[in-house]
Amino acid sequence: MSTITLTLKIWRQQDRKTKGRFETYETGPISQDMSFLEMLDVLNEQLTLEGKDPVAFDHDCREGICGMCGSVINGEAHGPEKETTLCQLHMRHFKDNDTLVIEPFRARAFPIIKDLAIDRTPLDRIIQAGGYISVNTGGAPDANAIPIAAERAEAALDAAACIGCGACVAACPNASAMLFVGAKITHLALLPQGLPERSGRPLDMVQEMDSQGFGNCSNIQECEQACPKGISIQNIARLNHEYLRAAFLSEE
Amino acid sequence: MNLNPKIPPGPLADKWDTHRFNSLLVNPANKRKFDIIVVGAGLAGASASASLAELGYNVKTFCIQDSPRRGHSIAAQGGINAAKNYPNDGDSIFRLFYDTIKGGDFRAREANVYRLAQVSNNIIDQCVAQGVPFAREYGGSLANRSFGGAQVSRTFYARGQTGQQLLLGAYGALMRQVHKGKVRIYPRREMLELVVADGKARGIITRDLVSGRLESHCGHAVVLATGGYGNVYFLSTNAMASNVTAAFRAYRQGACFANPSFVQIHPTCIPVHGSYQSKLTLMSESLRNDGRIWIPKQKNDTRDPVEIPESEREYFLENKYPAFGNLVPRDVASRNAKEQCDQGKGVGETGLAVYLDFAEAIARDGRETIRSKYGNLFHMYEKITAGSPMEEPMMIYPAVHYTMGGLWVDYNLMSSLPGLFVLGEANFSDHGANRLGASALMQGLADGYFIIPATIATHLAGTELPDIDTGHPAFQEAENRASLRIKKLTALNGKRTVDDFHRELGLLLWDCCGMARNEKGLRYALNKIPEIREEFWRNVVVPGTNETFNQSLERAGRVADYLEYAELMVRDALARTESCGCHFREESQTEDNEAKRDDKNFSHVSVWEYNGESSAPISHTEPLVFENVRPSRRSYK
Repeated sequence: MSTITLTLKIWRQQDRKTKGRFETYETGPISQDMSFLEMLDVLNEQLTLEGKDPVAFDHDCREGICGMCGSVINGEAHGPEKETTLCQLHMRHFKDNDTLVIEPFRARAFPIIKDLAIDRTPLDRIIQAGGYISVNTGGAPDANAIPIAAERAEAALDAAACIGCGACVAACPNASAMLFVGAKITHLALLPQGLPERSGRPLDMVQEMDSQGFGNCSNIQECEQACPKGISIQNIARLNHEYLRAAFLSEE
Repeated sequence: MNLNPKIPPGPLADKWDTHRFNSLLVNPANKRKFDIIVVGAGLAGASASASLAELGYNVKTFCIQDSPRRGHSIAAQGGINAAKNYPNDGDSIFRLFYDTIKGGDFRAREANVYRLAQVSNNIIDQCVAQGVPFAREYGGSLANRSFGGAQVSRTFYARGQTGQQLLLGAYGALMRQVHKGKVRIYPRREMLELVVADGKARGIITRDLVSGRLESHCGHAVVLATGGYGNVYFLSTNAMASNVTAAFRAYRQGACFANPSFVQIHPTCIPVHGSYQSKLTLMSESLRNDGRIWIPKQKNDTRDPVEIPESEREYFLENKYPAFGNLVPRDVASRNAKEQCDQGKGVGETGLAVYLDFAEAIARDGRETIRSKYGNLFHMYEKITAGSPMEEPMMIYPAVHYTMGGLWVDYNLMSSLPGLFVLGEANFSDHGANRLGASALMQGLADGYFIIPATIATHLAGTELPDIDTGHPAFQEAENRASLRIKKLTALNGKRTVDDFHRELGLLLWDCCGMARNEKGLRYALNKIPEIREEFWRNVVVPGTNETFNQSLERAGRVADYLEYAELMVRDALARTESCGCHFREESQTEDNEAKRDDKNFSHVSVWEYNGESSAPISHTEPLVFENVRPSRRSYK
């Protein structure tokens, strides 16, 4: 098992209001089999024993599905590996004596809570505005009552795979959440169950996105590059299509 | 202690209907007068919150993550069972019921399990209506697969991310109720105390994880959906924040704990590779359909696996269980892998791994076929280990995965403490001593969508619930308990980190109360745990203060509870001298080393009642009565 030593420049910020700064840490030997977050665990154990404040970072499942983790590593959201969340990024992708600059996802809509931890509740608010199908529990027809072509169900799942981590927002120079919104709009627009609310959903979600302080899309495509689940930029095209359709054809 | 399971009378198939008819109702116009607290927003918590709010109750939902879309249900891969019988292969509600109760080694209640099988079909209908994109056949109907050795194909799935899609469906329903003002979400909150006023659960004390502020919340009922306690072992497939604190705090307030020693250990996980390791990753057990499990015959064989000739390999499952081979149930596969490694035949850097080899399947079916079946799993394995299962055998080892034990509940899912309901993995009710694959998602959603909305009304309408608020002295007392504990923790400035203690405890439990248990080991652990706990309260270091976002303090509180809870697990394991399901007591085995159940003495639920810090808990039992199935012996030879 090979080990490496790293220089870490980590964004430290006490809370939302205090001004932050980068601090530099030299790591001890880091096994290349570690995940990135385990490397941070090791650093935090070391800081704790030295009587210093450990680095705050969000994480939970550590298997790439909960969407809780995420930082910007050397300018890239979730680090250099394609379609990989930070928890699934392993240290074998770094070299001995590398310097890593680690900072939180930055966006006006994502205030910093502490160090690398941010507040992403604005994404929940966008979903609250209409990112669902309005059915109450009970009384649903038999699951096989409406056939859905396998390809269509698969395409809906491609969009529904979004984990809500916010990397797309962090990667976008406009801090837009269009990929996030587009993924949900696409998921629901592709399914027959989603059609009854087709004329309201895109308008409501986009309006909420704007009011939460996210920017608009200017086709830079950084979001798609950063997305750990490979959500395609075509979802934004579909969002625009659905938005225009709703705006012009809505009877409300 | 009143442990009446309240099983409705009448034939098994009619019990749920009879019960609903005999239950009280809350008038639609009165529902808005009731406030319900739901702790947890995984499948059980989110589905319960949404469904209760749809009925008209006011719901407050608390979650530990930054968003209710992240509960650990999200990580479930395989699928969700239902008795739809779409493939026309002989499935039925009774068969799903029977398989579940047999899989649990006859240590669950018939009535609860039958109801689970009954509502399983409604769950699939509900999820499809919400837009959950399940896998489909080319004709457009839903696809099913066989899972975990089941003889019928009853598992619905969405690639390897079924849990995620189901949770996002429930989360959508929840967000809709937030938009309507019927649910208020409290993210980044941890429940630290249960408030019991006049003998009933009436509220909770939470800590705002960002500001450290303690908050009191009052309601007419409290619903816990806080998941399992697998992380007591430090290493498990659970998420990092999964913990026992909410359930354990409720236990300390009088809710009894059932079968705490029942822990499922999943055979196919990526092995531990270093002391820094923070969690274990599960690889779907579908891999055992084509992979062959083996170890070198010679101890400490360090050769490259591809260089070890056939004659020097031991396919231990195939040899020992010729009928089932590599497809024996989870507990049997896990135990045998451990046995081989304990004999020094394990592989990999730590010697705690066995090979899962696809070479024969690749030679038989071709690379493309194997890649199409397991490509995504191989990719995941490669990401973590940098090894390719197409070129060399995978290395796997068992890991703690799911906890069947939990807070005791009756047929209404109410704990022994009136007004406290417990759903999903946090309760003990449906899986007996072993859970079948694809049944956890089913149970979480059954409890949340269909059972609690029907059963909570009897409590609300039939109990005197005085009009109190957080000014009631019980709230002040509970807040004081929480605050005192935090003060004690933040004052500690010792020499060992929280994780260091957690690791020590986890290893002790893994060795003494893991896949195989014996009296000597359990007694050793029972003595050792108080020693670790004593040192923890003297020598742990908790940096920072309460009034900040302090993740070390969060972990310290959880580990402090694990250090008490672990003792309960060990006591339970010690008291149950039979082997059943996941619980293998070495003293109770057949001549050929298989689990030996003792129905005469142990056909019961073990229920533990808290009895103060300095005394041992009081042991109760709830007898299990089998009227519709005859307990048989599981055999896989």
